[in-house]
Amino acid sequence: MLKQKLAKTEVLVALAIVGLAIIFSVINPVFLSVRNLFDLLRSSIVMGMFALGVLVVIVSGGIDVSFTAIAVFAMYVTVKLLKAIDFQGTLLVGFVIAALIGLALGLINALFIARFKLSTLIVTLGTQSLFRGFLLFVVGSQLIRDIPDSMTSFAKLNLITIQTADGTLASLPAAVLLLAAAALVTWLVLQYTLLGRGIYALGGSREAAERAGFPIRRIQLFIYSFVGVLSGIAGLTYGSLNRQANPFDIVGSELDVIAAVVLGGAQITGGRGSVVGTLLGVFLVVIMNNSLILAGIPSVWQKVVIGVIIIIGTGIPAFQQRRAERRARIALAE
Amino acid sequence: MTTKQTASTPERHDGRVAFLAAAAPRRLSSVDVTLRRLFIIAVAIFVAMSLAQPDVFPTLDNFRSMSVQFPELGILAIAIMLTMLTGGIDLSVTAIANLAGILAALVLTRLVSEDAATGQAVGGIVAALLVALGVGLLCGLLNGLLVGYVGITPILATLGTLTLYTGFSTVITGGTAVFAVPQFLFIGDGDVAGIPVPLLIFAVLAILFSIILNRTAFGLKVYLLGTNPTATRFSGISNETVLLRTYLLSGLLGAIAGIIFLARNNAAKPDYGSSYILQAVLIAILGGVNPMGGFGTISGLVLAVLSLQFLSTGLNMLLIQYSGSNFFKEFAWGALLLLVMVIDYFPKLRLTRGKVATPGAGVPAPDPALEEDPQRSAHPR
Repeated sequence: MLKQKLAKTEVLVALAIVGLAIIFSVINPVFLSVRNLFDLLRSSIVMGMFALGVLVVIVSGGIDVSFTAIAVFAMYVTVKLLKAIDFQGTLLVGFVIAALIGLALGLINALFIARFKLSTLIVTLGTQSLFRGFLLFVVGSQLIRDIPDSMTSFAKLNLITIQTADGTLASLPAAVLLLAAAALVTWLVLQYTLLGRGIYALGGSREAAERAGFPIRRIQLFIYSFVGVLSGIAGLTYGSLNRQANPFDIVGSELDVIAAVVLGGAQITGGRGSVVGTLLGVFLVVIMNNSLILAGIPSVWQKVVIGVIIIIGTGIPAFQQRRAERRARIALAE
Repeated sequence: MTTKQTASTPERHDGRVAFLAAAAPRRLSSVDVTLRRLFIIAVAIFVAMSLAQPDVFPTLDNFRSMSVQFPELGILAIAIMLTMLTGGIDLSVTAIANLAGILAALVLTRLVSEDAATGQAVGGIVAALLVALGVGLLCGLLNGLLVGYVGITPILATLGTLTLYTGFSTVITGGTAVFAVPQFLFIGDGDVAGIPVPLLIFAVLAILFSIILNRTAFGLKVYLLGTNPTATRFSGISNETVLLRTYLLSGLLGAIAGIIFLARNNAAKPDYGSSYILQAVLIAILGGVNPMGGFGTISGLVLAVLSLQFLSTGLNMLLIQYSGSNFFKEFAWGALLLLVMVIDYFPKLRLTRGKVATPGAGVPAPDPALEEDPQRSAHPR
């Protein structure tokens, strides 16, 4: 029954994407051009990586709003570090550094959530301020425009380059492979490992999971480290693709990511969610944001659209659940 | 001082009176300890800051300046407290404040010209205030409907409405600020009998909500709902209505805060006060409000907001030579929130009463003892 319901949400989201694609391509045929599709994919990379981390948190029944702070912290510190030692090698080293920073910050979250058993929203609200405040006060608040060459060459690395009808080149950055890898890893962990089963169990019912023998603390340690690592890598990718390290960036987009994850079928109370759904949700949000501009709607309306999406995307399942509850209660009473 | 024996007196047949009698003294005794500790904290911070900056901190000028700054935050904290008492949270209060302020500013600039006569100005100001409060009510209504009737988790519902309201503000202003008129500014700068207007507004609201929470049926229902929503449902209390009213009041308070924002800054922006949510949550929790619901007092909140104000002003003074003092404060509030939450974990040191926060959930877990119906969802809210 659960699998059926899951499949249902993802199908709905996929249908919504197709529907929107049809609408937008009618409004502005540019929508279906290769360049635009590549643009949409490019915009999905960073958000997608964030969303995968948030998915794991939400499936476990928690919520994390500090991942954007972790991302910008990791990005900025990595850039400063690489510049300080004038590192000329491959960006792989940069990604490892960013991942380690993200891991460390994620462990701080894990400490408060697993060890002290604090509410995840309030902890991550606190750590968001903690990390960002520390970054801006101690590390620095200067915009860095001349990022290391390794980052620039990574950003310019293209997976596919196609010559479009009007003679220009449309290219898909290789960074999309990072997203694919992250999605694969997340999917494997959630579907095929006991750890993944434990995450779903924790989200379903902490009591039941504990009694079934799942090591709750260790699972939570993994969850918040995982989202930390992903955020660190995503942050550095963001810096590369944007060709600058701005310590004031990224924070503020948490809601878009959470909206995407919830839209993709993940239940905020935990226990339900999938990688496919999340990726579809991200794509849907990206399409909405990017295509509003194509359709001629000013970007100031973006927030309104996202807000409506969150409300409808969470309202419908909640309402359905209430109706199901009421029916169950009535059935039991008879 | 207070006895716990009242609850077990066998002569009490009126269940409701017995309950009230049992509830009131029990809450009072534990609250006394919390209040005493908070009072000590507030005084300690005040003394520390006065010693650190003896020339500037304990001065009348500074008191006046502080007493104008904290009311807007305090009002937001009361709003957060209300929704926390029911076990939820309203993350959209600052967005409501901004939207209300923006609309009020627009009304003001349309109705009151800079050199208008007092009579006309008053009319315009009243209209602006009504518009702001109306906006607060509408936004609160939406929140209440989503949380109470549709049943969306408060975190997600208010995250969604936060985005929506900020979106509206951005659309209306085009992303920039809108301004008020000089005649309006007395709400932020003026005095009534020597007391600054914002402080007066806060004091009135604090007393009002203390009465609402402690002396009305609605207040009792709020506490009950936060403690155990399943029990309230089966006691005949309409959870939906209580939640609706709670979020309605929260929206209203947000609008009042927005009015003060506008009056003090002479401008309203879509993203003003983005760190206020964190601070308001910090104040609420420091003041003894349990985010899982059911416990918290206005007195604690007032002491907490004063403590935070002393700390904030003190930090500003101490860090004046460093350029990033705002960033340090951001760090400090985050650290303080975590510190307060961790202290709460240890029973001897606890500031809040009631359920300990359950991890892995931004949403409280149901009481397993009452869970008879396996088909009932984990979240009756």
